[in-house]
Amino acid sequence: MNAPAPDTNGVSVAVRGLRKSFNRQEVLKGLDFDVKPGEIFVIMGPSGSGKTVLLKHLIGLETPDAGEILIDGQPIQSPEVMSKYRMAMVFQSGALLSSLSVGENVGLYLAEHRLKPPAEINRIVAEKLEVVGLKGNEDKMPSELSGGMKKRVAIARALVIEPQLILYDEPTSELDPLSAVVIAEEILKLKHRIHVTSMVVSHDRDLAFGVADRIAVINEGRLLTVGTPDEVKAKADPLIQKFLHADLKHL
Amino acid sequence: MFQNIGELVLVFWQTLQALPLAWRQRQKVFDQFFEIGNASLLMVCILSFFIGGVIALQTGPLLVERGLASAVGGVVGISVCRELAPVMMSILIAGRIGSAMAAELGSMRVYQEIDALRTMNINPIHYLVLPRVVAIALGLPMLVVFGILVGWLGGAVVSAANYRIDLSFAAFFSALSDVVEPKDVANGVFKSFIFALVIGVVSCHQGLITRGGPRGIGRSVTKAVVNSIVLIVSVDYLLTRILLK
Repeated sequence: MNAPAPDTNGVSVAVRGLRKSFNRQEVLKGLDFDVKPGEIFVIMGPSGSGKTVLLKHLIGLETPDAGEILIDGQPIQSPEVMSKYRMAMVFQSGALLSSLSVGENVGLYLAEHRLKPPAEINRIVAEKLEVVGLKGNEDKMPSELSGGMKKRVAIARALVIEPQLILYDEPTSELDPLSAVVIAEEILKLKHRIHVTSMVVSHDRDLAFGVADRIAVINEGRLLTVGTPDEVKAKADPLIQKFLHADLKHL
Repeated sequence: MFQNIGELVLVFWQTLQALPLAWRQRQKVFDQFFEIGNASLLMVCILSFFIGGVIALQTGPLLVERGLASAVGGVVGISVCRELAPVMMSILIAGRIGSAMAAELGSMRVYQEIDALRTMNINPIHYLVLPRVVAIALGLPMLVVFGILVGWLGGAVVSAANYRIDLSFAAFFSALSDVVEPKDVANGVFKSFIFALVIGVVSCHQGLITRGGPRGIGRSVTKAVVNSIVLIVSVDYLLTRILLK
């Protein structure tokens, strides 16, 4: 387990009785858990277990059928929460705007909200790209980047917001092991550098047990367990054990 | 269907509300405007030239046989500026630009780029829809003015070249100027402005509601073009009733 970040400016997140259905199929079946400020909270589970839908609720891209999400005790549905707290999401695909260069993607938030003059935006963009090890790539287009580089640009774009909560959707999927390590290191660096609260959705066990302060395991929209990596490993629940120890060696 | 209509009206209303922000988005408006003009001007000229020519070819010999040669310019002039240029150019732009808008926004929707904008608190209506709708609302009427002029030229060339009509340029344009009033051109341009709003809003709406990967993008593009054309022709009837009063 990683040590909690000191003097955190991350936010707390509380999920209460969250339910969501699509076309009469219930995807989230009453989720309840808490995320402490400044911690890395990993949500694991097999594909189709509702992890990404949960993440979309946390950033306001989906509206729950029932239940609520509280950011520092305030419901996320209230408009002032979205403007009061800075939240960012790193999408599975990176979701970089393909018509914009890397630099324009990273500086988009500042440019669109007119928060800084262009020269200052360029400086911040260079700084954030340096943080993720992509200094000097401002003029490249997303199509010229590898999958790992796209995700690191997406992290740089999230950093520009100076977020209090970062959500990562499958940050290491489709990446080679070396790139996955780089992304995991970025997640840990951010925790210690800006004390952000991080929520990571993944079915990558190495990533989860490598970076998490606490892990939640969900299956078919239900929470199976929440705890530290050691606590989760020690759970006797057969579903959890099956998920944690599934491998291809017996084939 | 009713949900779609409701969403379409909502996109239109939100775009209208965002109009004061158009100046802030001027660079994107200009980029889209350039794209519309650059991609379509040549096709508009070719289409208009032959539309004018065909109208002259269809009506010219009949009018000449009945001793109404002087009416050829007027018939071509009125039909091109009031009806054919605005409607045909709008259909062309729906196919050329509306489809591109639906495909681009649909692809952004499918590949989560629009979700990414939302997470940055950037309103997709302001960032994506507004510049496109403003650009097409400015660009299409200008293309229609080009279309009208080239259509008249096409009619004049065919009237002069076809031995069954055999009308000089001067006679053609003299007859045209006797019949066509500035109001007729203005009506055609006004119609095209309304059609541009229809194409812009319908295409952007279809892009924004795209679901389900590349097949979904294809479906959105088809719907954007077909719905735009159906609405253009329907709205054309209503506008013609109003403007002819």
